Amino acid sequence: MRQFGTRPVLLGLGFALTLFWAAPATAYDYPIADPFLATVVGTPAPLKAPVPTDVPFKRRSIRVLEREAPDALWYDQELRYSYAAQRGPAPLIFTIAGTGAAHDGSKNWLAARAFYSKGFHVVALGSPVSANFVVAASSSGVPGGAFDDARDLYRAMQKIRDELQGKLEITDYYLAGYSLGAFNAAHVSYLDAEQKVFDFRRVLMMNPPVRLYSSISLLDRMLENIPGGADNFDAFYERIVDAVGQAYRLSDSVRFDEELLYKAFEVLRPTDELLASLIGLVFRIASANMAFTSDVMTDFGFIKPSNVRLTRNTDLGVYNEVAMRLGFTDYFHAYFYPYRASLEPGLSRSELIERMSLVTIDDYLRGAEDVYLIHNADDVILAAGEIEILEDMFGERATIFPRGGHMGNMESYDYIGRMLSIMDPGAAP
Amino acid sequence: MRAIGRYTGSLALVLLAGLNAGCSTAPIIEGDEPEPPVFSAERVLQPGVTHVGDVYDPWQGFNRRVYRFNAFVDRNFLLPVTKGYQAVTPAPVERSIHNFFTNFLNLNTILNSALQFSPRKVVQTTGRVAVNTTLGVFGLFDPATRMGIPQHQEDFGQTLGRWGVGPGPYLVLPLLGPSSLRDGIGAGVDWYVNNRLREEIFAPETWHEVVWTTLFILDTRANVAFRYYETGTPFEYRMVRMLITTKRRLDIER
Repeated sequence: MRQFGTRPVLLGLGFALTLFWAAPATAYDYPIADPFLATVVGTPAPLKAPVPTDVPFKRRSIRVLEREAPDALWYDQELRYSYAAQRGPAPLIFTIAGTGAAHDGSKNWLAARAFYSKGFHVVALGSPVSANFVVAASSSGVPGGAFDDARDLYRAMQKIRDELQGKLEITDYYLAGYSLGAFNAAHVSYLDAEQKVFDFRRVLMMNPPVRLYSSISLLDRMLENIPGGADNFDAFYERIVDAVGQAYRLSDSVRFDEELLYKAFEVLRPTDELLASLIGLVFRIASANMAFTSDVMTDFGFIKPSNVRLTRNTDLGVYNEVAMRLGFTDYFHAYFYPYRASLEPGLSRSELIERMSLVTIDDYLRGAEDVYLIHNADDVILAAGEIEILEDMFGERATIFPRGGHMGNMESYDYIGRMLSIMDPGAAP
Repeated sequence: MRAIGRYTGSLALVLLAGLNAGCSTAPIIEGDEPEPPVFSAERVLQPGVTHVGDVYDPWQGFNRRVYRFNAFVDRNFLLPVTKGYQAVTPAPVERSIHNFFTNFLNLNTILNSALQFSPRKVVQTTGRVAVNTTLGVFGLFDPATRMGIPQHQEDFGQTLGRWGVGPGPYLVLPLLGPSSLRDGIGAGVDWYVNNRLREEIFAPETWHEVVWTTLFILDTRANVAFRYYETGTPFEYRMVRMLITTKRRLDIER
């Protein structure tokens, strides 16, 4: 009897296991299984969470440092940010944008709008590696150091808080960030645990990198997917433009906007290589802007000759082309590391790389009960094994979705729903 | 009035040539030679290759100045006034004003679609105007979009492009923004045509024209999301130049 009995038992067990595994999968609706496609295309319209679009953002700029901006970057003297105020007392949340993005970038404002709908005053901040931040708020002018960027952010946040305090009734402080902004948020939170200026009630990290260096290496490599290498960049760009153009011609009422991107994908039917190079391109533009801006700030001589002064009228074409051919890793090795080493003799490359990592503040993050994480198991900015590091580090405070690539699912019901259940001004202790 | 217009045109071109001569786009070198940077153009770029960002821009010195002037006017005048306009105008009124201008400008689109020998665009746009002028009460509402009639936008610059005229040098027009010599001339023709159409249809008095122009400027600005120096790139001038040039090329091919 026993021998006959094992089979149904195993089958039953298998069935039960299938149910067990299938349950979370069916509960999570995000459909795009290819992480590169997810990253580029985002969330299909029917699955988008209804986040209000009529949030009364006000745009402001604030002087953070005494330093004068160089002539060619005169317009970035002040740090730009935006805020939206609730009527009456409410907690305030800062949101930090991802790699090189502005305070009002679509993802940062999406997060801000969602939090606003939940009853927060919101302040949206640009990325510390964005050109505006580098000029207006980075004390060294050389961004990328995890702790330095956090200190710069912390200073800017206090200045903004002082500016807004007369206008808003603030009951508590919260902090959130996505992508590199989440990495920054972790370090700001680490700083705040010591200094307690804000004493954040809760911190939410959305899709952070674990080791900055491994993520930037992955991103730099994505552009190597351009057929024929970086020197064929122009041909690659033309191909993208042609595809967009074809989509534009084929459609009657399509405007020159995001919708067009989706149509272009229908025309192109892109391979993963092409998608990867598109993602790489977006980050390459961010790295070009950052590296050149920083170089102008310090006259280091990375791209611009150190003894050349740019006027407001200077043609920057050649610098633009050079900057577009250099990656984050070039910035790290030929500029960031030598610059750091000149301040700290004896600093090795591997030490510096080690320092730019969440693992460095592992002790803090393990014990920080108010710091939460949302991530995707297939995020393209993570190296193999890194999602496990995060799961282990955050334990119960981690929500890991099985699909979504890098921020592709951010607009979905599931993602927004989780964001708002973590950051709930009513529920947090 | 019209003669003045013609003279202003030639005067502008002369001025442009003169102004450009005085605007160097070169940097200042401290010392005899630039210190070679870690990544010099010689090291990184292949010689003799043209780049996508390279648009024919012989008047760059002038263009950059006008770009900054436009930014200044936009930031200190146009944008604040537009914000005020949006704040005091109820959203449905704002939408109706926008619909009205779109409907009126469609007359110029019909004309240019005809000049481009595109019966499809002529028919569709005529349909739009007919529906929106009648059912849509003089264009204040836009039932045509709900009926699925596509909205085209054709101007004389595009018509010239269709006829095989290249864009010529890149040109940043005072107040109007990035363009090209061809499209700048096209904009002049469009302006003239639209004025004539307005006269023929509405026979406006001077104060009508003032209200019209004011609202038109406000509505146009309210519907453009662009903000000078907030694109996040130190290469903004070049990026805008590339995008506008590409977009116009696609508009013409369309």
